[in-house]
Amino acid sequence: MKTENQRAWFFVLPVLVLVAFNALVPLMTVVNYSVQETFGNNQFFWAGLRWFEEILRSERFHAALGRQLLFTVTILIIEIPLGVAIALAMPRRGFWVPVCLVLMALPLLIPWNVVGAMWNIFTLPDIGLLGWTLNNVLGIDYNMTQSPVAAWITVIVMDVWHWTSLVVLLAYAGLISIPEAYYQAAKIDGASNWSVFRYIQLPKMKRVLTIAILLRFMDSFNIYTEPFTLTGGGPGNSTTLLSIDLVKIALGQFDLGPAAAMSLIYFAITLAVSWLFYTLMTRDEP
Amino acid sequence: MRPRSLVPLIYILFLLLPIYWLVAMSFKTTNEILGGFSLFPQKWTLANYRAIFTDPTWYWGYINSILYVSINTLISLAAALPAAYAFSRYRFLGDKHLFFWLLTNRMAPAAVFALPFFQLYSAVGLFDTHLAVALAHCLFNIPLAVWILEGFMSGVPKELDETAYVDGYSFPRFFATIFLPTIKAGVGVAAFFCFMFSWVELLLAKTLTAVEAKPIAATMTRTASSAGYELGLLAAAGVLTIIPGAIVIYFVRNYIAKGFALGRV
Repeated sequence: MKTENQRAWFFVLPVLVLVAFNALVPLMTVVNYSVQETFGNNQFFWAGLRWFEEILRSERFHAALGRQLLFTVTILIIEIPLGVAIALAMPRRGFWVPVCLVLMALPLLIPWNVVGAMWNIFTLPDIGLLGWTLNNVLGIDYNMTQSPVAAWITVIVMDVWHWTSLVVLLAYAGLISIPEAYYQAAKIDGASNWSVFRYIQLPKMKRVLTIAILLRFMDSFNIYTEPFTLTGGGPGNSTTLLSIDLVKIALGQFDLGPAAAMSLIYFAITLAVSWLFYTLMTRDEP
Repeated sequence: MRPRSLVPLIYILFLLLPIYWLVAMSFKTTNEILGGFSLFPQKWTLANYRAIFTDPTWYWGYINSILYVSINTLISLAAALPAAYAFSRYRFLGDKHLFFWLLTNRMAPAAVFALPFFQLYSAVGLFDTHLAVALAHCLFNIPLAVWILEGFMSGVPKELDETAYVDGYSFPRFFATIFLPTIKAGVGVAAFFCFMFSWVELLLAKTLTAVEAKPIAATMTRTASSAGYELGLLAAAGVLTIIPGAIVIYFVRNYIAKGFALGRV
């Protein structure tokens, strides 16, 4: 039982100061830009909600948002079931457990632009292992820099490669916390593999899977460095996800007002979806 | 071997293929790389690695990255430890809202914050220092550290605290000599995740540095564009960025899975 103690605020204070410094000041800067117009020279004019209306109506934003949603939904549909399946098939104890964990966690620790560069080298049609094999052994005409479909598939496969391990680690953590007695009871009742999964393993994994889906949603929705290093958003605009488009507007064209308005809309979408999902998943908990 | 264990095996093979290709590239000469496809390096060379270890702009990139990652991990843990203790032991005004607000800071796209961060850290005179990157990474690392540590601390019964006070321990002495050793696995896991997210993040690190504190990953982008496409050198630099992570992960391998399971959302 926790005790009521207002002095606990002093313990939280350092965290509050550090995070507020990093979160609130930049956020206010963004809000500030989003309602103003600038022509350089540090001259700003009040623009009201014009940028917001403009962004919400712009086809460019709709297209980028559409690509972003397609990307996030696709990788969630692949990574979550795949991660759970791999976690279920992993050994529960013994020599191979740490070996598996270390090898699987490896992609998570590679800097994001190295991931992009690595996949670039891997998929080069003439000298990349994957690109060369597809073109010369399997006879598939594959060139990521020319075909939008190939670029999309490559970006998706790269993300699956990069992040499925996080789902595996989380799901595995949930699985090993199930006491052996549960399985023995299921065995005595003559439960099938499916019922064991559906009524014992899945409910026990619910909490870690909530975390996994939330983390994967937030991170894939904000993804920037890996696809940018791999494809630069191309060919054309085919893999220009929201963050890539945002950086193009903010730093490429230096349209601070629209970029700031877009950032806030973007942030609001992430926040709303995460909150909704979080509330739905934890509704039954006390 | 049972067919079931084939699944992790195939998955690990899939994970290792691109990494193998990066390693293989890093040992090839530029001529061989541009000359055509070869599965193994025909003529092994260490020239790419030698180039990195003899050029200060390259190896300082590593030192910079390791410096700001270490500073960030220290700051994040130092701030998160008391906060996590407060969340796990006490109820106070606004505690639940504060906890959720902390987590929302992971949701802000880094791309959104890049420009304001640049202005903020330029304004306070920290631009292009290791401290700037370390502080900026606190944005997403402190919430994560609080979350993980709070999970571990909640697993320690409150009787431990009370017994210590009855025995005449002061709070700082209790925290340092009894409580910290009890949750050292949690501290290890939190440190690991802080290290990991600070090490892999590039957008903010690149925005906040120019020369003095430039991270290794940013040095790679520059080389890729300016000095022609030297794939071998790029691959060697990439391989070297994997090594620190691999070492850290080896040390905490038994705690990784536990860290998330014990934390609560």
